Amino acid sequence: MLQLVFFNVTNGLIIGAFYALMAIGLSLILNLSGVINFAHGGFLVIGGYLAYTLTPYLGFWGALIIAPILTALIGVVVERLLIRRLYGRDPLYSLLLTFGLAFIIEDGTRQIWGANGLPVSVPPALTSPLSYEFFFITGYRMFMVATVAIVVGLLFVLLRYTRIGVRIRAGTLDLETVAALGVNVRALRSLNFAVGIFLAGLAGVLAGGQLGLEPTMGDGLLMPSFIAIIVGGVGSLTGTLLGGLLIGVASGLTAVFFPSASEAVIYVMMAMVLLIRPRGLLGEEGMFT
Amino acid sequence: MTPEQGKRLAVLAAVWGALILAPYWMPLFGGYTALGSRVLVLGLGAMSVNFLLGFTGVLSFGHAAWFGLGAYACGLALKFVAPSTPFGLLAGTLAGGTAGTLLGALLVRRRGIYFAMVTIAFGQVFYYIAFQWSSLTGGDDGLRGFTRQPLDFRLIRIDLLHNDVYFYYFVLISFAAAVAIMAVILHSPFGRTMIAIRENERRARFLGIPIELHIWIAFTLSCFFMAFAGALYALLNNFADPRMLHYSLSGDFVIMAVMGGMRAFWGPLFGAVVFVVLQDYLSSVTVNWMSFIGILIVLIVLFFPRGVLGLLRQRRMA
Repeated sequence: MLQLVFFNVTNGLIIGAFYALMAIGLSLILNLSGVINFAHGGFLVIGGYLAYTLTPYLGFWGALIIAPILTALIGVVVERLLIRRLYGRDPLYSLLLTFGLAFIIEDGTRQIWGANGLPVSVPPALTSPLSYEFFFITGYRMFMVATVAIVVGLLFVLLRYTRIGVRIRAGTLDLETVAALGVNVRALRSLNFAVGIFLAGLAGVLAGGQLGLEPTMGDGLLMPSFIAIIVGGVGSLTGTLLGGLLIGVASGLTAVFFPSASEAVIYVMMAMVLLIRPRGLLGEEGMFT
Repeated sequence: MTPEQGKRLAVLAAVWGALILAPYWMPLFGGYTALGSRVLVLGLGAMSVNFLLGFTGVLSFGHAAWFGLGAYACGLALKFVAPSTPFGLLAGTLAGGTAGTLLGALLVRRRGIYFAMVTIAFGQVFYYIAFQWSSLTGGDDGLRGFTRQPLDFRLIRIDLLHNDVYFYYFVLISFAAAVAIMAVILHSPFGRTMIAIRENERRARFLGIPIELHIWIAFTLSCFFMAFAGALYALLNNFADPRMLHYSLSGDFVIMAVMGGMRAFWGPLFGAVVFVVLQDYLSSVTVNWMSFIGILIVLIVLFFPRGVLGLLRQRRMA
């Protein structure tokens, strides 16, 4: 029993780390640009499939780095051509635009790579279980968590200590003032969008190695990311990280006792947060309310 | 009668004339009666979304939940409780509307993007329930095993199941009733207050209007209309499946409203005509219909954000 609980909590943490990676990308874009990026799951899929295509040439490690960068570049092109025109308009429009983009991306991936599932081949060093007793902790899962931890840690350091990071955080609070201080807000938003999409692409590569690739894989991962943001509090990246980990562990724990509700429990958590603390765990009062 | 009133009457006559005669003129353009019924039902759904979006200024991106809930409740009522079409409609409307009312109470303090996000996420709850609880709902395969029943008025019995034209008129009468109620609400002082909230929420609050209560009531009404449309949809297909609850259907409703024109009463119906017919046509000629729909959405957002009717109105004013 104890091992079962341990197994599911570990599992939940791993899934939670993954949700957090998605959600932090979404959250970055939402905070600075006020855009709910419905196509985030689509960019995740692009990242995964690019890794599949690049692996034969660059190996897994090369693809792990290059595929998210390429995804981010595609993201910048999309931002410059389409999304940029909608800044400052009713959020309805950017929501609808990314909703349409998600359709195009899903259909496009199916057209290019086919509708059947594809694997991302992972180096054998990562696939073996670490110990016989804890068979479920494979090297790959540890590697996933470590990657998420490093990338998210790096992001937080960059946001806190670099000039651009400070500008992004300031822009989240009051973009107008930041613009008035002479910061190029358009470039800042592009860069910020690229970072968010990079995280989505990275999540795609990592998920591809664990679950394999499918054109619709982004769909099931998008909702938990939304909930991670709502639970953690809109406007707070630390909250989003916390929210992702929390809902991961909660659904892992529920899977021990009541497996069919493991999906539903994260919605219950969201409802509870909205009832008891509507701004979210670490959200700031008055932000987007 | 002022010219303005005359114009309004002419529009009404044109809309209803086209709808009433649809079974006769549609086949000339390659349409079929069931497609007409689908346009009406989805159009009613889009008008319900727009009741909230266009007239209160609140964006719900999860309205498919109430639509699908109405569909499932109607199907389950027909299957397990009583084989009666009006009863199924009633059950569907009440189930979806009540659920919307309860969740609405959780939502009304949120605004803008946050409101949209929370509605998306809550909408998906029902999708997962329908998907997981397969013993009741049939899971991914959908709910089968019910059919719409004939209407029995003692003297005459109207067979809705086998005669598509009869069923079309049944849908049209239901649609007319719902739309009439909607119009009455919008012209009432309550409806005017909704528009005031849309135009300037802070000012409306200064005037002493209880904003949250009004938004909650508007949300509730919109959920009831939506659930009614969903129940009709279950009757139309004799079937309900989880995709009727999915957020992509919510998005379709919003795009229909935007495409037709959010500020116009008939806009969403117009959008539904274009969207449903186009989707039906594209999915029959190409496997890549999703891309075309996606491109259409992107183009509308970038170039016609006011929708077709909004564009016409703008031209008239210029």
